[in-house]
Amino acid sequence: MISKLIYNIFDTDIGYSFRKSKIAILATIVFLIIVLASLFASIVAPYNPFDPASISLMDAFTPPAWSDGGNSNFILGTDQQGRDMFSTMIYGSRISLTVGFASIIFALILGVSLGVTSGYLGGRYEIIVMRFTDVQLTIPSILMALLVDGIARGFISKSLHNDMAIYVLILAIGISEWPQFARVTRAATLVEKNKEYILASKIIGLSNIVIMFKHILPNILRPVLVISTIGLSQAIITESTLSFLGVGFPPTNPSLGTLIRFGNNFLFSGEWWITFFPAIFLVVLAFSINLLGDWMRDALNPKLKAR
Amino acid sequence: MSFFEIKNLDIEYQTRKETIEASKKVSFSLERGEIIGIVGESGSGKSTVANAIINLIDKPGKITNGSIRLDEIELCKNEKIIQNIRGKKIGFIFQDPQTSLNPLFTIKEQLVETIQTHSNLNYNEAEKKSINLLKEVGIENPKKRINDYPHQFSGGMRQRVVIALAISCEPDLIIADEPTTALDVSIQFKILNLLKKLTIERNLGVIIITHDMGVIAETTDRVIVMRFGNIVEQGKTSKILSKPETIECKSLVMSVPPTNKKIKRFKLLSPDGKQIQDSSIKLTNNIIKNWGTRERSNKKLLDFINVTKVFDEGSIISSKNSESKVKALDNVSFNIYEGESFGLVGESGSGKSTIAKIISSLISPTSGEIFFEDISLHDPKNKIIKNKFRGQIQMIFQDPYSSLNPRFKVKNIIAEPIKFFQKNIDNEQVNKNIYDLIDIVGMSRQSLERYPHEFSGGQRQRISIARALATRPRLLICDEPTSALDVSIQAQVLNLLKDLQEQLNLTILFISHDLPVIRQMCDRTSVLKNGMVCETNDTESIFINPKHSYTKELLKLMPKIESII
Repeated sequence: MISKLIYNIFDTDIGYSFRKSKIAILATIVFLIIVLASLFASIVAPYNPFDPASISLMDAFTPPAWSDGGNSNFILGTDQQGRDMFSTMIYGSRISLTVGFASIIFALILGVSLGVTSGYLGGRYEIIVMRFTDVQLTIPSILMALLVDGIARGFISKSLHNDMAIYVLILAIGISEWPQFARVTRAATLVEKNKEYILASKIIGLSNIVIMFKHILPNILRPVLVISTIGLSQAIITESTLSFLGVGFPPTNPSLGTLIRFGNNFLFSGEWWITFFPAIFLVVLAFSINLLGDWMRDALNPKLKAR
Repeated sequence: MSFFEIKNLDIEYQTRKETIEASKKVSFSLERGEIIGIVGESGSGKSTVANAIINLIDKPGKITNGSIRLDEIELCKNEKIIQNIRGKKIGFIFQDPQTSLNPLFTIKEQLVETIQTHSNLNYNEAEKKSINLLKEVGIENPKKRINDYPHQFSGGMRQRVVIALAISCEPDLIIADEPTTALDVSIQFKILNLLKKLTIERNLGVIIITHDMGVIAETTDRVIVMRFGNIVEQGKTSKILSKPETIECKSLVMSVPPTNKKIKRFKLLSPDGKQIQDSSIKLTNNIIKNWGTRERSNKKLLDFINVTKVFDEGSIISSKNSESKVKALDNVSFNIYEGESFGLVGESGSGKSTIAKIISSLISPTSGEIFFEDISLHDPKNKIIKNKFRGQIQMIFQDPYSSLNPRFKVKNIIAEPIKFFQKNIDNEQVNKNIYDLIDIVGMSRQSLERYPHEFSGGQRQRISIARALATRPRLLICDEPTSALDVSIQAQVLNLLKDLQEQLNLTILFISHDLPVIRQMCDRTSVLKNGMVCETNDTESIFINPKHSYTKELLKLMPKIESII
């Protein structure tokens, strides 16, 4: 039963194009491994970096296992507090992925609903929404995120700030990403709304809300899916950048970006691994998502189907 | 030996799941000075054969067997040979003149470029030749117009430029793939005459591919009928159209709407050659009980009074200059009686679709009034009453490929209007209604669980009709309901509409550019031109005794299949 279902999925045109694309398969495997590892971090990681009992300052600055002075207990070495780099990275990627997914969902809901409504309703409302996106697109997304983060800091007391960091970041990144969604969905809606099945719904007398969300929305999900994949890697990188700049996650709860920032301090004194491995990890993660997005863009594009 | 010859041509398209044979052992020949027509329904392989001649088959299609010879030169074996011959010895005329010219270059640049690619003329000579060509295809003041861009020409003029391009290198063979399908009747007439004239003057061989039997009858000497990649019949045009031998051919000829008489129903042939007996429609007692019968009351149902519509395309500063505005409708009036079918006929831009949109409340008129029974449809004050009448006016659209939501199952497409108009209906009752509707339009109940893309154009149009009937409308607007369909499918859909009208006493507003179809479908007809009504009369009187000069011209120019029988 389940095997039949899986067979059916792989037998569709998209499944076929997936099977044919080695890059897509490789990217999916890498991405899935990272996601699963971060989901089951407590099982996969040899140490719990947040458990003070397992951390010993005596182990600080241990190099990776294969170099001089390395310790086979710590495959990728340890940082300045004696935390195992491998475990810390896995826990860090959990935070990065959470922020990435949550912020992209936030941006998606905001952007898609504004995009569909402005594309369908038109008029003054459309002009206002689209000028908003234009203005926001002139501000670099990092700057936008910094701005939101800064304002949030002003409102939240310092003691709460570390706990609230994750929500602030989701909001900040989400707000910097939504114009992409709004523009793409508006463009797709403009195409879709003149098709005759929409006219037919209007003649029946369906309300605008029903037409927009029941009829148009399912038909414009393809481009939205593509940009949300590419947006996901964007969001993860933005989060890392913010953490690198010191406005993201605190050292007690490090994301990949925070780890890179710490490592950066020791880069020139010879402890290269503290920054190198998280950075490579981040690159692999973002790259696998981007490759997946690239494949998806081609596979979902009817014009390229003939190939 | 003939001047052009195709022998045993096999073309295959290999896809992931199956191999489609688009052409099976196709053989025919062509002499100079002869026009040959290839007809067939969509998917019959007629365009594939034409593209194969100039080696322009889309991947993954390929010629697997056979030979194509032009003047004893084998074309389909060597890519180099065909590159020299394409454009030089074979000219190609595409369907859509809007897209077959590059909008960024002037006509001159495009003509000169083509001429210089295939000959040794210098720029001035090529320019002189281009001007002569434009004169030959009937463009006035060619010296001045040659510097214009394609968008400065009208559709018909553009198709003339395309023809000039096709003959610019003095080809021996011209392939015209649906050359007039995108054009209006009056322009079609001129373009076909031009092609006929050029064929004789330049001693060309011409292959015309079309689905329009009228065009075939008026222009071609011989005709080839194709179906599923096979040639089913070929021979003299007059013979094929008057005495077809094969079943496929017979059913094709029978489903063409005659221009000279009104018939009650189209006769249809089943694949084994028997005539399909009447009424595919099975009205269950249930639906009659549900709906009740409506009397044919001969009361006025729709009153369209002095309606004018000006499109002022959302510019921020509305232009004061009223002359620059486009009047889509200019003081149009007509009325429709309950139970009749009323036709609107006109060329593109005559405002037919605008009328449909105004009646169905998709857009509002600039001035004028529309009464449905006695209720004004565009009075801003009685919105509630208008919504009540919404279900009574429904519409069937032209393009069956975009008129159904691709993400909905057929079941849900039909259920939506039912649920919308009868809020407290239970699921069982909804299902019953859906079954009734799908039976009425002659489709199987299994099709309810499928998605629109699994159906052909004609089946989709049936689903579309079922959806329109779901609200139990009194007025059904059909906006070119069959112009995207093949003739035999058109005949089926038109039969269905006739049956429905008879049994349910529907009032139909039938919009079309196709005069023969109007003659078969409508009791009364209005002829429109540039947003104005030329004349309104009984359909038969219009065809037999047209009053307005424009109507007379339209009737004279329309291609008639009877012209050679």
